[in-house]
Amino acid sequence: MSVKEVQNSKESQEYFVNMGPQHPSTHGVLRLLLTLDGETITNVEPHLGYIHRSIEKMCERDSYQQIVHLTDRMDYLSCHMNNEAVCLAVEKGLEMEIPERVKVIRTIISELTRLSSHQLWWGVMGMDLGAITSFLYGFRDREMITDIFEETCGARLTMNYNIPGGLMFDIPSNFQTKVKEFIIHFRKKLPEYDQLMTNNIIFRNRTEGVGILTKEDAISYGVTGPSGRASGWNNDIRKIKPYSAYDRVEFKEITYTKGDSFARYKVRIDEMWESMNIIEQLIDNIPEGNYKEKTRVVIKLPKTEIYQSVETARGELGVYINSDGKKSPYRVKFRSPGLSNLNALNSMAKGGKIADLVTIMSTIDLVIPDIDR
Amino acid sequence: MKFDIYDFSVLTSSIHELLRSVMGETSVMITEMVIVGIVFLTLFSVLGLVLIYIERKVCAFFQQRLGPMRVGFWGTAQTVADAIKLLLKEPLMTKSADKFLFNLAPFIIIISSFMAIAAVPFALGLQALDLNIGVFYVTAISSIGVAGILIAGWASNNKYSLIGAIRSGAQIVSYELSVGLSILTIVVLTGSLQFSEIIESQRDGWWIFRGHIPAFIAFVIFLIAGTAETNRGPFDLAEAESELTAGFHTEYSGMKFAFFFLAEFVNMFIISAIGATMFLGGWMPLHFGELTSFNEIMDFIPPLFWFLGKTFFIIFIMMWFKWTFPRLRIDQLLTLEWKYLLPINLINILIMAFIVLMGWHF
Amino acid sequence: MTRQELQNKILSFPIETSFAETEVETQYLTTDVSAKNTHALISELKNNSDTYFDYLFCQTGIDFPEHMEVLFHLRSTTHLHEIVVRAKIDDRENPIIDSVYDLYKTAEYHEREIFDLFGVKFNNHPDLRRLFLDDDWEGYPLRKDYVDEINIVEL
Repeated sequence: MSVKEVQNSKESQEYFVNMGPQHPSTHGVLRLLLTLDGETITNVEPHLGYIHRSIEKMCERDSYQQIVHLTDRMDYLSCHMNNEAVCLAVEKGLEMEIPERVKVIRTIISELTRLSSHQLWWGVMGMDLGAITSFLYGFRDREMITDIFEETCGARLTMNYNIPGGLMFDIPSNFQTKVKEFIIHFRKKLPEYDQLMTNNIIFRNRTEGVGILTKEDAISYGVTGPSGRASGWNNDIRKIKPYSAYDRVEFKEITYTKGDSFARYKVRIDEMWESMNIIEQLIDNIPEGNYKEKTRVVIKLPKTEIYQSVETARGELGVYINSDGKKSPYRVKFRSPGLSNLNALNSMAKGGKIADLVTIMSTIDLVIPDIDR
Repeated sequence: MKFDIYDFSVLTSSIHELLRSVMGETSVMITEMVIVGIVFLTLFSVLGLVLIYIERKVCAFFQQRLGPMRVGFWGTAQTVADAIKLLLKEPLMTKSADKFLFNLAPFIIIISSFMAIAAVPFALGLQALDLNIGVFYVTAISSIGVAGILIAGWASNNKYSLIGAIRSGAQIVSYELSVGLSILTIVVLTGSLQFSEIIESQRDGWWIFRGHIPAFIAFVIFLIAGTAETNRGPFDLAEAESELTAGFHTEYSGMKFAFFFLAEFVNMFIISAIGATMFLGGWMPLHFGELTSFNEIMDFIPPLFWFLGKTFFIIFIMMWFKWTFPRLRIDQLLTLEWKYLLPINLINILIMAFIVLMGWHF
Repeated sequence: MTRQELQNKILSFPIETSFAETEVETQYLTTDVSAKNTHALISELKNNSDTYFDYLFCQTGIDFPEHMEVLFHLRSTTHLHEIVVRAKIDDRENPIIDSVYDLYKTAEYHEREIFDLFGVKFNNHPDLRRLFLDDDWEGYPLRKDYVDEINIVEL
């Protein structure tokens, strides 16, 4: 029932609760208007736009190198992958050959970003469910990755390392040692995550059977990423349309079939193991060569349309560039994974309780700036 | 060499004689009440301070960090600083809140904690109210706290608070049953409801060892139900920070919020004290029936330290629960109580009664 | 199916489509169709078992000086081929097109976003309101002739 209908009807027992823009567990500024019947949710209506910064309009004014810097701010937890998407699109438009060294380093850094995003997701999920200790464990392990990034790119959060044509700087001399140390350390710590949360009976009761998303619904709603793979849909862009160095590494695509919150949780935990496998395969054999190709100072793409997808930690991020030969693109569209994932929230949360809504939102792993752009 | 446990009633009766020699009968009674009141007020505040500091340090220990370190030596003055901050805060009240009930709610909770702590036996003779229905009195008084929570949620005129208060009301009313029944298991062993007699009957060994299996099951149920009674640990969805901002005390600020906060910690102390008294012997040192020399060595440690040690041990376990486990949903919580804990409890009492009848306890 | 096969298959549908000639081959096969035939074409593409495009992965609006376009990027999860359907809307003042919500539920938010930023109205959409901007915002920001008083983005 819509807002007006509920307010006007006299027999309805439903009432509205606002999980407002400021809320500890909406992971950003998202307003959810819940229609409740007792403790059961009958409708969830998200209101977006609190952090809409008109990135797509700004891209119509900026040069191609400047667009890359805007993409960090979209999904700030997978910023390397966002940058990589735009760089690959521009390189495809210019039909440039990228050195092998660049491809391998881009893949390693993307997988490290995916790991750090999943670590943060795990910590915050525990905190949302009440096990506040997991927040600190997740961040403790994430510190090692942010330290590596700080040495390589110079920043901990908005790391503009990819540029059209290659990388901004070369990797430092201790990059390989530090990454190997991190892998050894994290391989011992990840089973702790299982001990603390995965095998806990309270956690299982909170997540199993909660927020089921069928495979047909996942495809119809366009729910990509780990959330879609937990419903049995093989949508990993790294396997379907490999980019950078993904065609030369071996890794499994993790799918579960149940489609509930526990399956989404398990997909991400298993993905962390796979990311470590990918990094281990690449870290010892980084080819020598240039770390960037020379491009013109003012990049002009020919009159063409390009679409590039990458697999971020949340799903398929697509960059659509329509250029008319000038120094700024005519239209840039970012197909954000969060928007489609959020669309499915209503169907997943109907009929559950408020506590279930919090579980579902943490397992979908929303980052609101990604949705609002 | 036998070391007699110091009897505090010697001290209290000498104070009583001193006062009698100075003033009349009624004035003596009033003076004694005032003294007891002041002592308990001080105990309340000191307990609150110490417990909040311990909570922060234990929490930090589990999360691999240090906790408060800067204010005072190793952060000991942190809680005092927090108390001063809360005193200086603006006491807000929403315009459409019910004024009388809004102000009344924190006081109800504090009063119920106060009355319950009066019956807790700290040492031999150091007990304010030694009623012959001690156990019954404590379980009855701790139920009054529910009224305070429900009134706080209703009077705030806020949907979040109302949801939190109703959840909490349902939870506390359900888990009182389990707390009461698990205490009853020990009463079956002792045959008396009076706290001092219960402790005396543990002179040959604590009930958790002597009552073996049923007493141990009752202890585990008591721990679970006790954490649920005080809205702590995995059962804290009444104030679930990540769902409803702060539950039933969202609208409170300043000193009134401090009352809720304090009452939660003192309630935790009371539940632990009751648990320590019933299952672990209260202030009675660790004795094993026939080992007289061992018992004499145990008697050297004053009973007050035994009592505080046991209580803080149970408090540590409750804090461990809170910082490890995720939260239960409201329907899972109520299912746990009504479908699992209650039947187990009832069967446990039957088994215990049977054991007492056949004399199979130690 | 390869590009040529797809092109032939689409030309065999009873719907008026055209394929633009470009000097550089486009990344995906691009089908041009008018606004009123779009829904029929897309539902044919979805339901036909040879093409079976069941995943709408991007829906974009583009503003041109004389007309508007709505682009549909479709992929098939079984055959793994992709296609772009370009719907031309000739009326730029009052652009209207049919919604594809009944075929793909993901269109709900994508179409709301296009309505919000371009002003394209979608028929049969369950709940067509603005998505990011306030309900009482005037104007459609991503249009090329949108004038911003505060001059936040100066083209």
